[in-house]
Amino acid sequence: MSLQEVFQEISAADFFYRNRDIAGFTNPTRAIYSTIRELVENSLDAAETRQIPPDIYVRVSHESGATDGPGTYRIRIEDNGIGIPHDIIPSAFGQVLFGSKYKLRQTRGTFGLGGKMAILYGQITTHSQATIMSSTGPTKIHEYQLTIDIQKNKPIILKHKTHPNEARWHGTVIDFQTEADYTRAMPKILDYLQQTAIVAPYANITYVDPRGRLYRFERATEQMPKAPQETLPHPYGVDVETMKRLIELTKERTMLGFMKTHFHRVGRTIATGFLQQVGLAPRKNPKKLTPEEIVQIVTAMKSYKFLAPDASCLSPLGEELLEAGITKELSPEFVTAYQRKPSAYAGFPFIVEVGIAYGGKIEPQGGIRLYRFANKIPLLFDEASDVSWKVVNTEMDWRHYKASPDMPIAVFVHICSTKVPYKTVGKEFIADRPDVEREVLNAVREVARRLSLFLSKKIHMAHDRHRLDVFQKYLPKVAEFSTKLAQKAESPDVAPLLKSVLKHEKAEESEDDQDENVE
Amino acid sequence: MKKPKKAKTTKTKTSSRVEQKKRAVLSTLKSLGEQLYSQLSQKQWPSVRMPSRSIANIHYDQNTRQYVLGDRFVKRSARNIRHIRPLTQLVWTGSFVDELAREGKTSTLRDVFYSAQAYDMSFADQAESDDIITDLETVLEHAREDFNVFPEERSAIFGDLTIEYTVPGYEGRKLNLASHPDGMMIGPALTNAEFAECKANKIIAIEKGGLFTRFIEERVHEKYKALLIHTAGQAPRATRALIRRMSQELGLPVYIFCDADPWGMHIANVIISGSANAAHLRELNTPDAKWAGVYASDIVDYKLPSDPLTDLDIKRLYELQKDPRYDGKLWKREIDAFLKVKRKSEQEAFSRYGLAFIVDKYLPARLKQLG
Repeated sequence: MSLQEVFQEISAADFFYRNRDIAGFTNPTRAIYSTIRELVENSLDAAETRQIPPDIYVRVSHESGATDGPGTYRIRIEDNGIGIPHDIIPSAFGQVLFGSKYKLRQTRGTFGLGGKMAILYGQITTHSQATIMSSTGPTKIHEYQLTIDIQKNKPIILKHKTHPNEARWHGTVIDFQTEADYTRAMPKILDYLQQTAIVAPYANITYVDPRGRLYRFERATEQMPKAPQETLPHPYGVDVETMKRLIELTKERTMLGFMKTHFHRVGRTIATGFLQQVGLAPRKNPKKLTPEEIVQIVTAMKSYKFLAPDASCLSPLGEELLEAGITKELSPEFVTAYQRKPSAYAGFPFIVEVGIAYGGKIEPQGGIRLYRFANKIPLLFDEASDVSWKVVNTEMDWRHYKASPDMPIAVFVHICSTKVPYKTVGKEFIADRPDVEREVLNAVREVARRLSLFLSKKIHMAHDRHRLDVFQKYLPKVAEFSTKLAQKAESPDVAPLLKSVLKHEKAEESEDDQDENVE
Repeated sequence: MKKPKKAKTTKTKTSSRVEQKKRAVLSTLKSLGEQLYSQLSQKQWPSVRMPSRSIANIHYDQNTRQYVLGDRFVKRSARNIRHIRPLTQLVWTGSFVDELAREGKTSTLRDVFYSAQAYDMSFADQAESDDIITDLETVLEHAREDFNVFPEERSAIFGDLTIEYTVPGYEGRKLNLASHPDGMMIGPALTNAEFAECKANKIIAIEKGGLFTRFIEERVHEKYKALLIHTAGQAPRATRALIRRMSQELGLPVYIFCDADPWGMHIANVIISGSANAAHLRELNTPDAKWAGVYASDIVDYKLPSDPLTDLDIKRLYELQKDPRYDGKLWKREIDAFLKVKRKSEQEAFSRYGLAFIVDKYLPARLKQLG
């Protein structure tokens, strides 16, 4: 065994294969869930980028092997997104980490790996190729059959053909096989789809499961949030690795130009001031920075007084859409949503949106039901470690808002950011950073206040109804029996008195209460 | 020809007393209905006013020597959500007893409780329906026995008194109350009967059934010309009303024999002074009746077998000390005596001197003493 073999460089694809736990492909149960999730999110992003109300079709069918354990399944997903230029298709699906991102944008894809990891996992477990069909809308639809060369991190094109596109269809279809334990993953997959429908009320999502059952999540509105814009990284959030990559990519020849071009809200004045503080000449060529200088710059960036990040790059859902999503999936008796003003943590802008709902399809479950979303993705795992869970279950005194654990109440927390502060690599729960926690708490308090108004009104109405019921039950009897006692033929009409019951309310309640017989 | 004539005269006499009361009850019921009816017709919330039966409104009246209600009133109004249900129950009960009275039928408290269910007027429990009956008594100012609702418990009477029934099917029929050696049950029929002929000259009420039977066996009713009444513990109101009627209509003195303990003493006291529970009613007590024993002092004087007083007994004695009904000299003396000897005896304790002792020795001595 040669030394060369030991220190062999591994490709990105190989790396992710070896570390598939990080990407959520730990086992066949988790893998099918992550596969569907990554593909659905890519499709939603592809449509939303250009304000197209998404139409997504997902089908999972059983191919071979067990159905009560890991078996081979075939996944097909179709969307009406912007499509992929045909020359990039092979790389987009057959090369991990293709298209280096040096700009930040609020997207769903948790790793930027999206479907690639799913396809890679499918290829490894079933030794089969993937079929990709896509068009950006012109006259042709391109279809590729490809596999990934794991060692070289390159796509291998097995077949490429084109179809005429008279309908000017745009979108992407992906079809491949993968190993999955569908039966065990099913509840989470259905939860995921429903919660996605809540947070994307403008999407049609159709799902056909291996038994041929159709699940349809119909859009409730055509209205969509504004598409997320790309933004430059803010100096506060830049690490050494990002800095190195920016230096490699930059076409700027001076540090002043470099600072102005690649960082969020950095202009001439700020750039000059900063370089002065670090002690670097504004005209220095960034390509000639020493590793020590790079570290020095990154460290200095954390403490220099830059402008706070601008949240215009974020794409929150908005109060109206959040309410629409909750209403369409849960038909609650009461719903309200509230969006906080943009805030920032460590140089990353973020916005918290919170909804609350009562009744309808929400079942009382001995506590507040919590729905968590980050950048329009439902978070389904490790709920109790999440900052929202902490806020809802330990920091809120729900009694103060007339709410009790036996009530059918659900809270929805959506955090959107260019960089969601996940606590671990699993990216399933959000860290309790003080800035984030404060925003969540304030938002939950606001919707809880609105809920408490609704609840008082409800209690009040129930009280009124009860009053009317009591009077309606007894007053006619008083009339009946007194008519009998008085030996009259006709009962007096009690309707006018009943009519006045609701009007007068409590006015007389306290009047005659000194009674009560003690024997 | 003689017989029918006689029957006819008695019947007219009967109508004068029992019919009178019945008519009074019916007309009060009707005016209750009319009051509510006219309120409803004028689109007013129906309401009923009655004296408050709260403890603060119960006073002891020295003149009538019983508890009476003061001048505080309560209003049960249909307009008040907490009152409309009891008010409805009150009117329903009114119409129920109205029917009873009309048909000359009787009912028990338990009956009322169940009958209500047929009208979707269910009472939560017996206590609630009893409470409504008490309300109706208060509103009508008549005891429930007057509108034919009787309690379950029954006591008995024995002696040379001839009664004449007024209940349907028995009108005009007579019965001598010494006809059956176990005594006659004091039920609705007897309560509503007229007194036709009485050869007794006193009434002796006895707490215990055993002693009542002994008195009959020992022919106390002949030897002492007495009507014997078995109260079966605390005397039911029908029995108390009957004792009062006999005492007044027949002019007989009343003597009461109970166990020598605070509870027996109270049985006698309630017959004499009435109970706080019945403060809304009149004509249930017999102020001139006399407590004839067994006294605490008898325990000592007759060296009766006895038991120590329990803590509860002693607590009760202290309560009775403060009770205005125990204001008399005899009561005070005996309460003190109980507290002094700290012992109690049952009526049967006299048996240690032989079965006839109580009748032959104790009774004549006590009657003489009381005059």
